[in-house]
Amino acid sequence: MTRITELPVEERVLPGNRACAGCGLGIGLRAVAKALEGRAVLTVPASCLTVLGGMYPVTSVQMPWVNCAFPSTAAVATGIAAGLRATGRGEELTVLAMAGDGGTGDIGIQALSGAAERNDDLIYLCYDNEAYMNTGTQRSGSTPVGARTTTTWTGKRENPKDVPRIMEAHRVPYVAVTSAAFPTDVYDKVAKARSMRGLRYLHMHTSCPSGWGFDPALSVRLGKAAVECGIVILYEVEHGAFRLTGRSAALAKAGGALKPVDEYLAAQSRFRGLDAQAKAAIQAWVDERWTEALERHARGK
Amino acid sequence: MTVRILTGNESAAWGARLARVQVVAAYPITPQSPVVETISAWVQAGELPAEFIAVESEHSAMSVCIGASTAGARTFTATSSNGLAYMTEQIWWAAGARLPIVMCVANRSLAAPWNVLNDQQDSMSVRDAGWIQLHCRDNQEILDTVVQAYRIAERLNLPVMVCYDGFLLSHTAMPVEVPTPEAVDAFLPPRPAPLQVIDPADPRNIGPVVIADRRRDAGGVLRGGYMELRAAHHEALLSALDVVAETADEWERSTGRSTGGLVVQHRLDDAEVVLVAAGSLVTQLTLVADGLRDRGVAVGVLGIRCYRPFPVEALRERLSGVRAALVFDKALSYGYAGPIAADLRAALYGVDGAPAVYGAVCGLGGREVTPEALTDAALSALADARAGVRERAVAWVGRLSEEVSR
Amino acid sequence: MDPFDAIAMSRPARGEAGRTGDWRNARPVIDASACVAAKQARVTCQICWAHCPDACIEQGAPPSIDLEYCKGCGICAEECPAGAIAMVPEAEHGVCEAAEVEER
Repeated sequence: MTRITELPVEERVLPGNRACAGCGLGIGLRAVAKALEGRAVLTVPASCLTVLGGMYPVTSVQMPWVNCAFPSTAAVATGIAAGLRATGRGEELTVLAMAGDGGTGDIGIQALSGAAERNDDLIYLCYDNEAYMNTGTQRSGSTPVGARTTTTWTGKRENPKDVPRIMEAHRVPYVAVTSAAFPTDVYDKVAKARSMRGLRYLHMHTSCPSGWGFDPALSVRLGKAAVECGIVILYEVEHGAFRLTGRSAALAKAGGALKPVDEYLAAQSRFRGLDAQAKAAIQAWVDERWTEALERHARGK
Repeated sequence: MTVRILTGNESAAWGARLARVQVVAAYPITPQSPVVETISAWVQAGELPAEFIAVESEHSAMSVCIGASTAGARTFTATSSNGLAYMTEQIWWAAGARLPIVMCVANRSLAAPWNVLNDQQDSMSVRDAGWIQLHCRDNQEILDTVVQAYRIAERLNLPVMVCYDGFLLSHTAMPVEVPTPEAVDAFLPPRPAPLQVIDPADPRNIGPVVIADRRRDAGGVLRGGYMELRAAHHEALLSALDVVAETADEWERSTGRSTGGLVVQHRLDDAEVVLVAAGSLVTQLTLVADGLRDRGVAVGVLGIRCYRPFPVEALRERLSGVRAALVFDKALSYGYAGPIAADLRAALYGVDGAPAVYGAVCGLGGREVTPEALTDAALSALADARAGVRERAVAWVGRLSEEVSR
Repeated sequence: MDPFDAIAMSRPARGEAGRTGDWRNARPVIDASACVAAKQARVTCQICWAHCPDACIEQGAPPSIDLEYCKGCGICAEECPAGAIAMVPEAEHGVCEAAEVEER
């Protein structure tokens, strides 16, 4: 695993960008860009990343970048990859589609599923801040149960959909879950994905101070807490082989005990007012997924 | 040059093949499907070296074209009806992003209710999106127009929709002259470098948020806002009027075949009434006009080949001195009028001596358009024109009466 | 045709959103005597650098912070394993001179 001091120094995400203070996406994007060493073209739908990228005629990211319509990310990425191949530039650049959770699991899932079924040659990275943050924190299919959003004022009633598992069901060569709170984990997984061909799917959990309701200073701390309490499980599935990675692997190695979810929930205003029953339901959801992950880790698939 | 017996869909596929398309996005829909089936067979047989992407929806078909065209490839797809409606978001994107994509539309009605047969409601419904829209009268024109479309598109950085009537042309076989690859190569050079730059050494953010106001770039140059870019797009479309006409002329010099530039005309001399339409109906109307001329009735035909941009000057000039123009639309702006009729009326408004413009809707959902019905409509228009009628309600040609339907 | 007259295409620059340092109400101040890297006089640790969302921290011993653009989120102070970074309210620095920045 790459250490922080081994990360490339060169920055492609520039200071003075339009992202909110403490945005987890900024941390994650820096690590993604470092792993790609600039040899990539991004395609990005409407999302917080569009805002981070900046308004015409100035951009905050020093990488080729093609904006696209909300449902079209994976298909536009497929087209860019095909266009580069057709014009003799196929080996030159990695195509990175990068969308939010709504853009991936909700409105973008049809195009993503199509690209995955075709095993198109691109990396698709979903940064998951668990709601439509760019439009003002409306619930998405990725919003956790109990979370208050501007379209779930009393808390969301449904559990989030598990997009990485949906992608696994397509049997693409690489599926990984990472977290922007662990930049080296992001870096390693993007670097590995970059070395492979076909459709590689990464799911990057990114903390959101404004949408979740917490002090921006706690952005990384909360991202890590999500992993330590099992809300987010860091793993990768490489050609069908499952393994826990990073902090999640360390937790498994240490006996598999997780922190209770209570502290993580209490730190965010979106979960304010959850009763004991709701918290117990969230804990049960976490425990079930973690047990399954530990079993898969032991089996290696 | 070889003469082949081709359907309209095969003619479209041949046009794409001769244009040496590099990326093809394919999704089936009746009556377009044979276009992409034909191309698929060529790609799999190694006869056409193109990336063939079998996508999971029309939305993604246009998305793939957008991505590939941005990367500099010559791209092609085809659709119809609800497929076009489904990709409408990307129709606007392709145009606003100024990508020289060429797409064939085998014109078909829109649901609900389901109907797979011909009218032109699909492409007419996206006329405002900023594409060039060209209509074909027969299968030869489909092949010829697809090749021309790439030259027009790549010169202006605008997408082009090549429209032809579903089934009436798409599934009807007729002799088509297929030019040699060398002849087409001489007419259509490889795609020039795209406006869009994808280069890590000179990274650009393509198609970002553009605000209403102007804003300075990093070098201090004041750049336009959203409205300036839209104005440039509109001006490019207007300049397409010349480019479409020039390209048709060059094609005629190269192949000896005239496809028409902006409009096609038939027996306009001294015409009292001119019948106006787009697509295969124009061919039908020339026969109707010939029949009426044989009876001493002075009727002419004006076919709209280029519907967007709308050839205002050409129409004004051709219709000067005519009593009435009778427009047959295979589409309707519900609650108003047929789109071509409405556009023509606007184009002629305030022009001294302009003809009355009568609208007729016909052929919706594949309803047969008979020569007799067209002839009756023409004679009725002539009578009204001679009586000095300026305004008429939309006439429904071929609509069955209640007695008949019972 | 000048592509910039036809399509929207941005070029990269710092400060796309202006001087984002103006967003800040507290600034990070590094105590070199506590900083792990500074104490060892080599580029080690760099946790603050890796976790800055805005690329406002330059590697070093100690690292340095670009206060023109630092939004004052405070992640660096929170994550510093040595507690070497304090978030000091801007008011304690008095009024900053506003630079003449041309309107973008």
